[in-house]
Amino acid sequence: MLGDGYLEQLKREGRIVVVGASLAGLRAAETLRSEGFAGSLTIIGDEPHEPYDRPPLSKQVLLGRAGADRTALPRLRSVDATWRLGVPATGLDRAARRVRLADGDEVPYDRLLIATGVRARPWPRAAEAELDGVFVLRTRDDSAALARRLDAGPQRVLVIGAGFTGSEIASACRERGLPVTVAERGAAPLVGALGGVVGAVAAELQRQHGVDLRCGVMVTALEGDTSGRVRVAHLSDGSTVEADVVIVSLGAIRNTEWLSGSGLGAGPRGIACDAGCRAFDIRGIVTDDIYAAGDVARSPHALFSYQFLSLEHWGNAVSQARIAAHNMLSESTDRLPHMEVPAFWSAQFGVNIKSVGVPSLGTEILISQGSLQDQRFVGVYGYQGRVIGAVAFDQAKWLPFYQELIETTASFPPPFDTVDRRPDGQRPIDADFPDPSVPTHGPTVTLSGYSPADRRMTFTPAH
Amino acid sequence: MRIAVDLNRCQGYAQCAFLAPEIFAMHGEEALLYDPEADEAQRAKLAQAAAACPVQAILVDAVDVPAEAVSGAR
Ligand SMILES: Cc1cc2nc3c(=O)[nH]c(=O)nc-3n(C[C@H](O)[C@H](O)[C@H](O)COP(=O)(O)OP(=O)(O)OC[C@H]3O[C@@H](n4cnc5c(N)ncnc54)[C@H](O)[C@@H]3O)c2cc1C
Ligand code: SF4
Repeated sequence: MLGDGYLEQLKREGRIVVVGASLAGLRAAETLRSEGFAGSLTIIGDEPHEPYDRPPLSKQVLLGRAGADRTALPRLRSVDATWRLGVPATGLDRAARRVRLADGDEVPYDRLLIATGVRARPWPRAAEAELDGVFVLRTRDDSAALARRLDAGPQRVLVIGAGFTGSEIASACRERGLPVTVAERGAAPLVGALGGVVGAVAAELQRQHGVDLRCGVMVTALEGDTSGRVRVAHLSDGSTVEADVVIVSLGAIRNTEWLSGSGLGAGPRGIACDAGCRAFDIRGIVTDDIYAAGDVARSPHALFSYQFLSLEHWGNAVSQARIAAHNMLSESTDRLPHMEVPAFWSAQFGVNIKSVGVPSLGTEILISQGSLQDQRFVGVYGYQGRVIGAVAFDQAKWLPFYQELIETTASFPPPFDTVDRRPDGQRPIDADFPDPSVPTHGPTVTLSGYSPADRRMTFTPAH
Repeated sequence: MRIAVDLNRCQGYAQCAFLAPEIFAMHGEEALLYDPEADEAQRAKLAQAAAACPVQAILVDAVDVPAEAVSGAR
């Protein structure tokens, strides 16, 4: 079937199905049309909404500056698709090339893109998670419900988990003047993503803005009143926090369950794919008709020793979607690898936080510009003698420079002087990341390369 | 009119906040806040702001959204 003319025919009259109607799904659909795909395009999404942007959900929306129902993504071009919204895909038959839907329908494809992303990790005890006033924040509906509750003026908000999302929520609550307690298992906020040195600055920021920050503790139980409203949280240090709104911000779970039994290399750590976004099957053979992009994908990255990288970054979803769409319609020699340097932003307590590369891979940090005390600095992360990542607090304009150092595998510590380097930034120090074997909610980047010592994945060959 | 800003690109030059203050505002020294769905009345200003952004970080609808209307059913 492959061979001369197949791609031309695919472009003219093929069937492409995208599962996951969000950022990656929409940008892939737009690219398919830009690259001349004229066949039928079906976009399947379990949420009832058309694609919307998530970053504003924990920022503008919680600050009351935008409605949660007003974050739909701009359309960069027409996609002329059949939209199947509000219905989850429940299975994949690779032999018959069909996607099964929850309503019993089946959609045939010649090429499939999986962009099902992640969902919020729920509070582990179901009965407590059900209490009125307990929230997670991933979707537009989550954000609308939470914003409404914050409008009502709760007595105290408890945020469980001080990763990026948890910290942004705490920030928005303080800006609204609400009393906030943050409980974090690690030693500081953002410690999983940025390490303890930078985490200490994040902790200082929170406290300066009036957050009751408790680190090194776990919430062990949530308790409701007789009418089923959350009332109090019990902490591992024996203390309690009275709160009528609790936001569980413990990271994300990849939406891959619907692929079980499909034979695709999909599991809790995402869908394994090659640098061109083609999904692997469970035998480690790359498929040629199934692609993955965005938060759900994990793929080898040339800059990071070809280890498998899973990213929960907006920019990554956009760039992988474009690569996947391009490659779907291309001869093998014209395919492109996904080689973007990971990049991430966050805004909290009025500070613009941005990172490039993979700071969480670094072992050392050098404050190359500004100072930690001023909460305005650039930190460069080193790993085995090279620059592997950088973070900026209110110094975003310098990041392209550091990105270039990462791209060119420059040596660490950088041998040259940078502007505005202070005496305390002359020498690298331990970046102070938590022991990776202790799970944190934290990093939005996960290295998940297989090693023979890794026994957590079970593989049962059929023969 | 829908808006998304690629804040990885945005360098906080505040050009947009200067040209279309109803839509874009600085939050603290560098962080940018924007209204993801601006009023139709702001169309001209939004176009100016998007064009003026030195790193072209502002994404705006290129097609009329109703033409791309999404229906829940097939
Ligand atoms: C509150 C919040 C704030 C954020 N802030 C930032 C930020 O400041 N900077 C940054 O870089 N990134 C940020 N992110 C991350 C960014 O939004 C994600 O990286 C991006 O949304 C990933 O896009 P995606 O399309 O891969 O996945 P998603 O956006 O997760 O979309 C996947 C879609 O697929 C749907 N789906 C799942 N399973 C099925 C199924 N079986 N059938 C059909 N549909 C299915 C899901 O419901 C969802 O709609 C933030 C995320 C959140 C939640
Ligand atoms: S003009 Fe562009 S770079 Fe400047 S603040 Fe606005 S979006 Fe950011």
